[in-house]
Amino acid sequence: MESEMTTDKIMTDEISLSIDGTEVTVPDGTTVFMAAQRVGIDIPHLCYDPALGLPPTGSCRLCVVEIEGQSGLVASCCHPAAPDMVVHTNTEEIRTTRRVVVQLLISDCPQECLICESCGECQLQKYAYELGVEQTALLKEPVRPEPIQDGPAIIYDHSKCILCGRCVEVCHNVEVTGAIDFLGRGFDTRISLPPGVPRDESGCTECGNCIDVCPTGALSFAGARRAGRVWELQRTVTICPYCGVGCQIVLHTRNNRVVKITGEPGLGVNQGRLCVKGRFGFDFIGHEERLTEPLIRRNGELTPVSWEEALDFAAQRLAELKSEFGPDAIGGLSSAKCTNEENYVMQKFMRAVVGTNNIDHCARLCHASTVAGLAKAFGSGAMTNSIDDLDQANAIFVIGSNTTECHPIIGAAIKRAAQRGVPLIVADPRAIELTEFATVYLQHKHGTDVALINGLIHVVLQDGLEDRDYIDRRTEGFEQLQAAVEQYTPEFVAKITAVPVADIIRAARIYANAPAASIVYSMGITQHITGTDNVLALANLAMLTGNVGKPGAGVNPLRGQNNVQGACDMGALPNVYSGYQKVDDDEVRAKFEAAWDVSLSPTPGLTVVEMMNAAAEGKLRALYVMGENPVLSDPDSSHVEEALRKLDLLIVQDIFLSETAQLADVVLPAAAFAEKEGTFTNTERRVQRVHKALEPPGEARLDWQIICDLARRMGYEMSYPDVAAIQDEIAAVTPIYGGITYDRLAEGALQWPCSDGDHPGTPIMHVEKFSRGLGKFHPVEFIPPQELPDDEYPFLLSTGRILQHFHTGTMSRRSDVLDELVSVGTIEIHPDDAEAVGIVDGQPVRVSSRRGQIEIGAHVTERVMPGTVFLAFHYREAPANRLTIAALDPIAKIPEFKVCAVSITKA
Amino acid sequence: MKKSANDQSASGPAPIQEAVKTVIDTLGISSESNLIGVLQEVQARCGYLPPEALEAISRRIKIPLSRIYGVVSFYAQFYTEPHGRHTIRCCRGTACYVRGGQRVIDAVKAELGVEEEQTTEDMMFTLQTVACLGACALGPLMVVDSTYHGNMDPRKALRVLQMYQEDSG
Ligand code: SF4
Ligand code: SF4
Ligand code: SF4
Ligand code: FES
Ligand code: FES
Repeated sequence: MESEMTTDKIMTDEISLSIDGTEVTVPDGTTVFMAAQRVGIDIPHLCYDPALGLPPTGSCRLCVVEIEGQSGLVASCCHPAAPDMVVHTNTEEIRTTRRVVVQLLISDCPQECLICESCGECQLQKYAYELGVEQTALLKEPVRPEPIQDGPAIIYDHSKCILCGRCVEVCHNVEVTGAIDFLGRGFDTRISLPPGVPRDESGCTECGNCIDVCPTGALSFAGARRAGRVWELQRTVTICPYCGVGCQIVLHTRNNRVVKITGEPGLGVNQGRLCVKGRFGFDFIGHEERLTEPLIRRNGELTPVSWEEALDFAAQRLAELKSEFGPDAIGGLSSAKCTNEENYVMQKFMRAVVGTNNIDHCARLCHASTVAGLAKAFGSGAMTNSIDDLDQANAIFVIGSNTTECHPIIGAAIKRAAQRGVPLIVADPRAIELTEFATVYLQHKHGTDVALINGLIHVVLQDGLEDRDYIDRRTEGFEQLQAAVEQYTPEFVAKITAVPVADIIRAARIYANAPAASIVYSMGITQHITGTDNVLALANLAMLTGNVGKPGAGVNPLRGQNNVQGACDMGALPNVYSGYQKVDDDEVRAKFEAAWDVSLSPTPGLTVVEMMNAAAEGKLRALYVMGENPVLSDPDSSHVEEALRKLDLLIVQDIFLSETAQLADVVLPAAAFAEKEGTFTNTERRVQRVHKALEPPGEARLDWQIICDLARRMGYEMSYPDVAAIQDEIAAVTPIYGGITYDRLAEGALQWPCSDGDHPGTPIMHVEKFSRGLGKFHPVEFIPPQELPDDEYPFLLSTGRILQHFHTGTMSRRSDVLDELVSVGTIEIHPDDAEAVGIVDGQPVRVSSRRGQIEIGAHVTERVMPGTVFLAFHYREAPANRLTIAALDPIAKIPEFKVCAVSITKA
Repeated sequence: MKKSANDQSASGPAPIQEAVKTVIDTLGISSESNLIGVLQEVQARCGYLPPEALEAISRRIKIPLSRIYGVVSFYAQFYTEPHGRHTIRCCRGTACYVRGGQRVIDAVKAELGVEEEQTTEDMMFTLQTVACLGACALGPLMVVDSTYHGNMDPRKALRVLQMYQEDSG
């Protein structure tokens, strides 16, 4: 205790002052405004938004206070507190001044609170009420310009705008988009996009953060008009169902429907900010196409039946097939969209009830190579550092991650860092948005990542920039690495990657010279036949420079789905139980056998793609799919469809009749995230609570309850009173989740490893030592992609996501705003190639590979390199995976979604 | 897009892209450059600030387009519409008015065939009126570019215009 207090004193100079008679002690440099907040005094404010974490602009003067000994009132939001200051925040003089400020501001407003969407939330209204501002003669003739709605979501009403500038601040300095600013002067001044530029061409990402920070009704969400005001809406704090960032969202609901979604100012990993998907992508929840009753295929048709009937049938068929063909003829796909509890129950069902380790999920398709690679190098396959840790990085290296579109909140953090002057290295074959912020942009050819990274390592060693001490103390295998990268001279690497020699050298030096440098990567690294090698190469680079196990550094894979980290953690993988405990380890298995009171199979099961192959060969007879859509998400979809049709039994449990569910024998309607209690684990290993806001539609039920009912019908007693009880079981058998309970989560999220009730969680991994003891270098060699362009298929196709949609589009394309923003898919093609093919922007093309063909509109852009095309996989009418190749990484079994050869012709 | 027609009709101003390029290259513009200075220089060369120029500046010095428009729209000195080679500002302030300022304005309008805030077809003059130019003693006042012409009457005013027309031959 003693020593803690002294260090505290040394670290920060504290000062004391008096505010309205209360003594308050704050760190030097604190503003009077923030000091007052400390003692619970909320000084009226309009232009300043403390939750944004940005410096105040000091324009509204509502926050004035009196400081004894100083003449005149001062704006507390920009005035630093000083020792022994005596501050008054609420004298009659102050109130008079504030009244004048509010009166002036409100005199421009139509004062139509009766019908205003923001009534009850509007800060201007609140202060007018509190200060007793009377309605006055208007200063000028009321001009009432029509509110502007220039897209599906955002409405701007100039007459309610007090020009506080919060929206401009959030757009320029938090979101770093800079789409809007003040325009004009005098009475005419307004908030605007560049005149003449439509919103969808302005760079505005429609994140809607400007709406959230607007203190009045000037900015509002079109979709919530007339749908209820603040006192009529119920608020539920939960976690976003889209990407792995795991933003905290607030669902505002009424009559069992979501009216709008907002962020909670200053809270969650997102600090209250959201991206376009999280904020506007919710219509799918209450969509009329939600499954509301169980279905069984009868005479070829999916026909509604009772739950009893559906469950009896599914359980009986599973049991029959199990006894006829053995448990390993049955497979299960779990879901990165479902909660941890549901994933745990699902893998337990497959292992304990069915008796097989054939359980996998879509992580196979995105980060299996991360899990495999980082486990080999460090002993644990997850993001080493935290999202907010990026604020401490002295350099950031982004490779194979289109962060601003795929993980927008992290993308914005990277842009903010670059804006602060932190050097940013971006390596990507496509000229993605982040390249505009890059200090060095390495446009390497697809699939040449190992060569590029080995080249960087070569330069680091050549310049003697490696961290010898770290290598000696913390790692093994360095000599082998040294020998392996010998031949990867910048000149040699330039030939393979097409990156100029000077840029390779510059990037290596920036990375190695930074006291702490963070590597951020995603599917551009993992989705290759060399996915595991790519990951190992990055781990080599980080360990070489001592960049693992400290703040601002690390190797940070960004996970795609909201709960893909959790689904992996819970053991929805064929080779491990929850917490990455190996099924072929006798001791581990004995523990689970005791906990579950069954005997378990010691043989690792099949992965996703292997299951499809086994189904095609007739070896796999039944598949139980929970919340996945392999027909669109897996490579070579014609093959997948064919395989699924061959099954004797396909059970699909989902919220929609997905492309996969349409092939099913039994369809079980499930609840969506907003209808559930549970936990999701985000990309930085943070276990966060998900809360129920709505009742599921019709007869739809919770996934874990459905699974438990099936288990009981198959003779295994599986039941839990609630999700907290499932979490308790998880904690009991999973050391990395050992200290995670609902009681603790109620107080705040926890990052695993968290071994027991006193463990505070782990924001940074491998600090003192690696999970595996010593970090291990793995020399890796460059291997070209499996299928490269040739005369017949001259283009290289790469696949991925775009900002406005998600995965197979089941959710995002059923959300009005997102669908209106981007309603049809396009394929990106370079202008030179477009000319050669004889098409212009917007014209349809036929794209063919050895596996299939699709038709889609062309988007002519210099974002892609000549000879390459890019296609998102969101569109069922033009499924990218009809083209992709099921070539697998030999270790992680991840398919090479990022490279295959196609031909392009005018359609 | 609309502007490109204007570009060609403009006899005086240099082609936009070229002008922006020259300014940016010769001034060695970087992100630290003073935006107002850049805008002034580009306007001096192009006669006004066409959208293409603003977009090019935004890309080059990495300032969001919205902010550039914010600055451009804040200062009266910047024009986003094609602008005559010479700017005529006639005073309609009280002091000038009582000495016959309005007649001067009417005469100029009639001579040039334009209304306030319009530009002559030959891109020679843009006419503006202002509330007071702060030199009331000289009224009626007409300022062309930055030269003050005091004690105007319709006849004198037309002579001044002629002077500028002859100058640019
Ligand atoms: S903006 Fe505020 S004060 Fe103005 S009408 Fe709406 S609620 Fe009333
Ligand atoms: S929606 Fe986002 S990007 Fe668009 S103007 Fe608002 S804050 Fe800026
Ligand atoms: S739109 Fe809202 S946030 Fe933006 S300046 Fe106006 S009142 Fe402030
Ligand atoms: S809140 Fe301090 S000046 Fe506006
Ligand atoms: S009124 Fe004309 S200059 Fe003052």
